[in-house]
Amino acid sequence: MCDADNTTTKKTIRVATGDRAILPEGAKTIPIYIMGKKYDVPETLTIMKAMEFAGFKFLRGAGCRGGICGACPTVYRMAGDYKLHYGLACQTVVEANMYLAQIPFFPANRAEYNIEEIGGAAEAIHALYPELFRCVACNLCTKACPMDVDVLGYISALKQGNIKKAAQLSFDCIQCGLCASRCMGEIPQYHIAQLARRVYGRYIQPRAEHLAKRVEEIESGKYDAMLQDLSAMSKEELEKCYVEREREPDMTAPGAWQPKETRYL
Amino acid sequence: MKISYYPGCTLKSKAANLEAAAVAALATLGIDVEEIDRWNCCGAVFSLTADDLIHQVGPVRNLVRAKEQGATQLVTLCSMCYNTLARANRIMRDDAVKRDTINRFMDEEIDYAGEVEVVHLLTFLEREVGWQKIREKVKVPLEGLRVAPYYGCTLQRPADVGIEPFGSFHLMTGLLEALGATVTPFAAADTCCGSYQVLNGEAGARSTAAVILDNAAASGAEALATSCPLCEYNLGKQQGRLLEAGQITTAVPTFYFTQLLAVALGVAPESCLFDLNSAASLDLLKTKNCLVAA
Amino acid sequence: MTLTITAQTISITSIEQLNELSGENVKLCMQCATCTGMCPMTAEMDLSPRTVMHLVQFGMLDRLGDSNTCWKCASCHACTVKCPRGIDIAKVMEALRQHVLRTNRNYIEPSALPAERIAELPQIALVAAFRKLTS
Repeated sequence: MCDADNTTTKKTIRVATGDRAILPEGAKTIPIYIMGKKYDVPETLTIMKAMEFAGFKFLRGAGCRGGICGACPTVYRMAGDYKLHYGLACQTVVEANMYLAQIPFFPANRAEYNIEEIGGAAEAIHALYPELFRCVACNLCTKACPMDVDVLGYISALKQGNIKKAAQLSFDCIQCGLCASRCMGEIPQYHIAQLARRVYGRYIQPRAEHLAKRVEEIESGKYDAMLQDLSAMSKEELEKCYVEREREPDMTAPGAWQPKETRYL
Repeated sequence: MKISYYPGCTLKSKAANLEAAAVAALATLGIDVEEIDRWNCCGAVFSLTADDLIHQVGPVRNLVRAKEQGATQLVTLCSMCYNTLARANRIMRDDAVKRDTINRFMDEEIDYAGEVEVVHLLTFLEREVGWQKIREKVKVPLEGLRVAPYYGCTLQRPADVGIEPFGSFHLMTGLLEALGATVTPFAAADTCCGSYQVLNGEAGARSTAAVILDNAAASGAEALATSCPLCEYNLGKQQGRLLEAGQITTAVPTFYFTQLLAVALGVAPESCLFDLNSAASLDLLKTKNCLVAA
Repeated sequence: MTLTITAQTISITSIEQLNELSGENVKLCMQCATCTGMCPMTAEMDLSPRTVMHLVQFGMLDRLGDSNTCWKCASCHACTVKCPRGIDIAKVMEALRQHVLRTNRNYIEPSALPAERIAELPQIALVAAFRKLTS
């Protein structure tokens, strides 16, 4: 049909609207397999854009589109190879002959707790998630992590009772759940890691003294007058105030710079 | 001298006394304990089905870590870790087919073929330090303290990884005698404490523990020495409950062998974390003058 | 206990399956009961280890399915080291457990354990019990 009339093809070139990908003129397309079905998509797209290009519409399984919300974990494999690869659909660029499927949600166990009541001991985490002790150290969780988190490392740390280490090792986790999807011990690693970080923040991590001091100052009304002044300003005055604000020059050594206005320090 | 050391999960919390006493005691013998980096749980029990290799991956990964970090021998304290690591090591050394499968599965790790030797601290002490040297280094002899050397199951069984043959107790006996203690051999020294069955209906593990404690008490022992945190739990931590239930009549304080070693070598009792043991134990050592003067 | 050997009671397939899983030859057993004598857990078991070995020799997995013996085994290998026929009986017990566990069934439920017990138990107890008693 296309062969019959070149001009028709040119006239019906897709124009992007909303999330629809813009196909650059002369863009090369490559075949990919979404849930087993073949689609030809522009080679420069991410998996998520390619799926939208192919006609899929995301009601779930898409979120920030910036690689941080964990809504679009995707498993893929290259034709002819057994090896499974893992990535975020919004961050991973398509490759020719990629077989892929998204796993937007995994029904992993998520314990209910009140962080104020459980206390800061590792045993609280153990009691909420006893399945932690079913880990066999196969390391499939770490291999599956699109954020390169040492999942086995933090699970091992938690088994040993080291909440601090687990909180630090799991810091980059975006809760996508791919670890749990691969776990033969049926462990919800990402939920346990989140609990570990919460317990660490609530009970173990030292309080920031300067923050406590500032909160105290705010509560004692030190900044009320300033806030009232700002609230009373017109939009123009506020803009002027913002534009003329004092700024610490870039790359200043710590403590070397002081603003002229020192009333609120 | 430096040794590469695999602690195991329990020694980092509930059995921190087993480790702390060992580290302090070895320091007095001029031995630096170097914990291997990035270790994981050993799996606690060895998988016994012929086709199950996935459960060997955990222990083998630790052996890979040891090899990566240049260790030729890996010292363990916990009996269960020792057993699991040593048995997995035998597979990697002796079974070419299983070794190949496991190495292929762990494609993110270097290949391993049993290059590291897994050694229990008791073996290490006899072989690399010697009872004579330990005897010379004793500052507070455990004179008059009658100790039952309790092996449980995983130190001796099965034969191919046992630290000594089934029915023989010369390693712990040799050590305790070098420390000046009186060893009271007892028939239940290699009877299983019930192990993980403590989670599967309590009565079984308790009655097994009662048999062992009764037998140790009947042999005249005032204390029991072990190297396994699960034995310590079943025999030590649960002893109060056994006494209350009338399953046993005499208390037998339980110690880790490393704690007895440490106090005899003059390590301060605070460094042995006795508060993690069953309550009566420190009093016994005080009455017997087994603690270094504060 | 009397066992009648008929085509209905004996299962060659089950015997082969247990031999394969355990890596042992259950036919070597001569029913001397040394295993039973060595076992520290017999008080908890409804069938003695010797009786289990007897049923195993006939491949009577249905009958063994009603027994708690393999679930009360502590894998201490006391039977193994003393078996005069050299059978690693602990491996046969594991094969019986795995026969069930490999069908996604648990013998104990980790989520049903009281929090205080979990908090008190050493980690090796939890790891070991979950390995031996959950799928």
